Amino acid sequence: MTVEAKLGQVANYVDERTGAAAFLKKSLKKVFPDHWSFLLGEVALYSFVILLLSGTFLTFWFDPSMREVVYEGDYQPLEGVKMSAAYASALHISFEVRGGLLMRQIHHWAALIFMAAIVAHLLRVFFTGAFRKPREGNWIIGIGLLTLGIVEGFLGYSLPDDLLSGTGIRIAEAIIQAIPVVGSYLSYFAFGGVFPGELFIPRIYIVHVLLLPGAFLALITVHLMLVWYQKHTQYPGPGRTEKNVVGYPLMPMYMAKAGGFFFIVFGVTAFLGAVASINPIWLYGPYNPGQISAGSQPDWYMGWLDGLVRMAPPIETYFFGYTISWNILIPGLIIPGILFTGMALYPFIESWITGDKREHHLLDRPRNAPNRTALGAMSLTFMLVTLINGGNDLIATHFDLSINQIMWGTRIGVLVLPPLAFIITKRLCLSLQRADRELVLHGRETGRLLRMPSGEFVEVHEPISPEKAFILTSHEQLPALDLPAVDARGVKRAGALKNKLRARLSKANAEAVPKVSADDLKQIENH
Amino acid sequence: MSNQLEPIKDPGLPEHVYRKSDTDPKAADRAERQVAAMFGISALGTVLLVVSYVFIPDDIFIFIPIMGNQNAHQLGLGLGMAISLFFIGLGAIHWAKTLMPDHEVVMQRHEFRSPEEDRKDFVDTVKEGAANSGLGRRSLIKRSLGAALGLSAISPILLLRDLGPLPGPEQKMTNWKSGTYLVTDPGDRRIKASDLEVGSVAQVMPEFANPKDRHLDDIAKDALLLIRLRPSEFNLEPDRLAMTHEGIIAFSKICSHMGCAVALYEQTTKHLLCPCHQSTFDVTRAAKVIFGPAARPLPQLDITVDSEGYLVARKPFSEPVGPSFWGREK
Repeated sequence: MTVEAKLGQVANYVDERTGAAAFLKKSLKKVFPDHWSFLLGEVALYSFVILLLSGTFLTFWFDPSMREVVYEGDYQPLEGVKMSAAYASALHISFEVRGGLLMRQIHHWAALIFMAAIVAHLLRVFFTGAFRKPREGNWIIGIGLLTLGIVEGFLGYSLPDDLLSGTGIRIAEAIIQAIPVVGSYLSYFAFGGVFPGELFIPRIYIVHVLLLPGAFLALITVHLMLVWYQKHTQYPGPGRTEKNVVGYPLMPMYMAKAGGFFFIVFGVTAFLGAVASINPIWLYGPYNPGQISAGSQPDWYMGWLDGLVRMAPPIETYFFGYTISWNILIPGLIIPGILFTGMALYPFIESWITGDKREHHLLDRPRNAPNRTALGAMSLTFMLVTLINGGNDLIATHFDLSINQIMWGTRIGVLVLPPLAFIITKRLCLSLQRADRELVLHGRETGRLLRMPSGEFVEVHEPISPEKAFILTSHEQLPALDLPAVDARGVKRAGALKNKLRARLSKANAEAVPKVSADDLKQIENH
Repeated sequence: MSNQLEPIKDPGLPEHVYRKSDTDPKAADRAERQVAAMFGISALGTVLLVVSYVFIPDDIFIFIPIMGNQNAHQLGLGLGMAISLFFIGLGAIHWAKTLMPDHEVVMQRHEFRSPEEDRKDFVDTVKEGAANSGLGRRSLIKRSLGAALGLSAISPILLLRDLGPLPGPEQKMTNWKSGTYLVTDPGDRRIKASDLEVGSVAQVMPEFANPKDRHLDDIAKDALLLIRLRPSEFNLEPDRLAMTHEGIIAFSKICSHMGCAVALYEQTTKHLLCPCHQSTFDVTRAAKVIFGPAARPLPQLDITVDSEGYLVARKPFSEPVGPSFWGREK
């Protein structure tokens, strides 16, 4: 029997037991648009699967216990040293379990790639406006996944209980303690008493391997079901509209491509695990609160937070004997809280400014949404400056700078550079729009010079293709909202301040270089 | 404005371009052989993995340019796995790109908004359901239900109460008492002032009857730094100077910012630096914060010597050590 006939039988078998023929037929023919940037979310998904597989492997040997043991393993330098069972079992996995170190390194690399893919995917979605109606809910789920990912990653690298990760836990404890009124209580509950106690590693272990992965599975499932149901967005282009999806069907093209891509991501992660050492815990030694290693760095996705904490001014206030540590609260909780809430609410803020409540399935070219693009560049700049300060000690030693210079540079930079990035990016976007307009109106510069009979030299311009001209002009240019302070009868509107703010934002948002219309082209032809 | 002008026309989907493997059966056969070759390389990767697992002992190191000395066992396993996975993926994608039909398909979207009639029916149903429940009219039910739901949240919170004890006085105390001997760490030997040279620094612990009773919880509070300077190098208030002994000054090693070990001492500037967030403390001025995010100096321990010349604590710390917390000054 041929493969086709066999698969046909399977299809029959499934339908006779589920009656899902109509649904499955439609699903197998479902069209997915093709673009490299749509693979970023896939990388995150596949890394998650790799994390589940490699993580399960590690649980077979890892002992999440803070019980004190004396090391008697293959790694000579730590022979006879007192350490926690967690650290000893992490060493056992690294040195005695065959393939154990490889799996540990694959797990850690996959976590770094997972977070990087989430961030890259988020930037793609943000800069192309894919979060707009009807996808606001999925955007919020994505922000939830990002937040959980940071927590999960932190818990994960805290588990081996080496000197570096224990220091990270100590810092987390200080952040918990800094919460006004209830901080000490929360810290005592989390650690089962004073720091470090013997309960924290077993507790975060179950959160790391059960609670959060469960939450991830649930959120990722909803995330993907929404993508499936709402259909994927697509980039503008000839033949592509708000009313259709152009691409390849799930079976066989997309199955082969996406399935193959999973193996490629896994293969690359395994390659990194094989050749690139990561988190060599045996070099750090077991955790001891009286010791530390210089150049203590968190994983990259926590670096911005660490950088913020480092640059905070040394302010504490005391009243009636109570202490508020602003130097910890502001960088550790307040600023991240504002950033993540702002990110989650952004789709609603933008639609409030534009007044646009319609569905959008065609993506924006970033230049055609200058304000959004500038806001994204501003946020990225903020993150980059804080991330640089998170590595200030390493930068200082590598580039012969003093830490004080970098600290002051980033303290000032974090206030000055983001607004500057906003202004520059917005101007760049408008310039690119102007360049698009020129291109459509006058065509492409060929570099060929022509001498006119009069002796004048001109450069020959070649008209661009109708497809290209369409892509460059198919975006919408919405006018600013008309929000006068007084209504038609001359009465002042309620919420005047809010109204004024909205009008100003809307005006700034509508700033654009007019795109070329068919009429403009006709006029040029007539000349 | 420009929206009212006529936009440039959509030229429609570009014409399909056929691949070589679509038109030339030889090219298609070649593509098939390429895909099979990739799957074959993947199989070789698995062979490499098995061979490394079984035959390469885990104590052989080989030198590889750029990467340096690598464990051969580990490298063989990893590369074998990477090759076997990567080439399955590459083969599948090459197969899709060369041999599977690549005609772009157009599928129509439907607006998510339902027809007006359905929407009205739906909204009416919701309203009717809400009305039938009487939630709007019977405010007693609404309020008591809200209160009951709110109160029920107490049970999970209460049940988590036993996660840990309530913060007690131990939060503010260390094992440093009046007369506690300073001992070396490691080694647990008592120290004389003469053991410490001028300009040097040492980590010490409070003496325990049985050093085995010292746990991480104790170290997290007790870790102490001794630094010896020439007495003339100090720039201290008289009461702080009285807490030193022959130029030896003692500070808590636990950072007043976030609790890291303040382990870096710079001899020339006499600064202590915390490697976590670079808070910098001036030893000559009682660990005053001169840079970084810490808001308080490191607590200073009052030390002296006993009749035999061994260093002891004269008094406990006068303030809690480590990071700040809400009730710290109470």
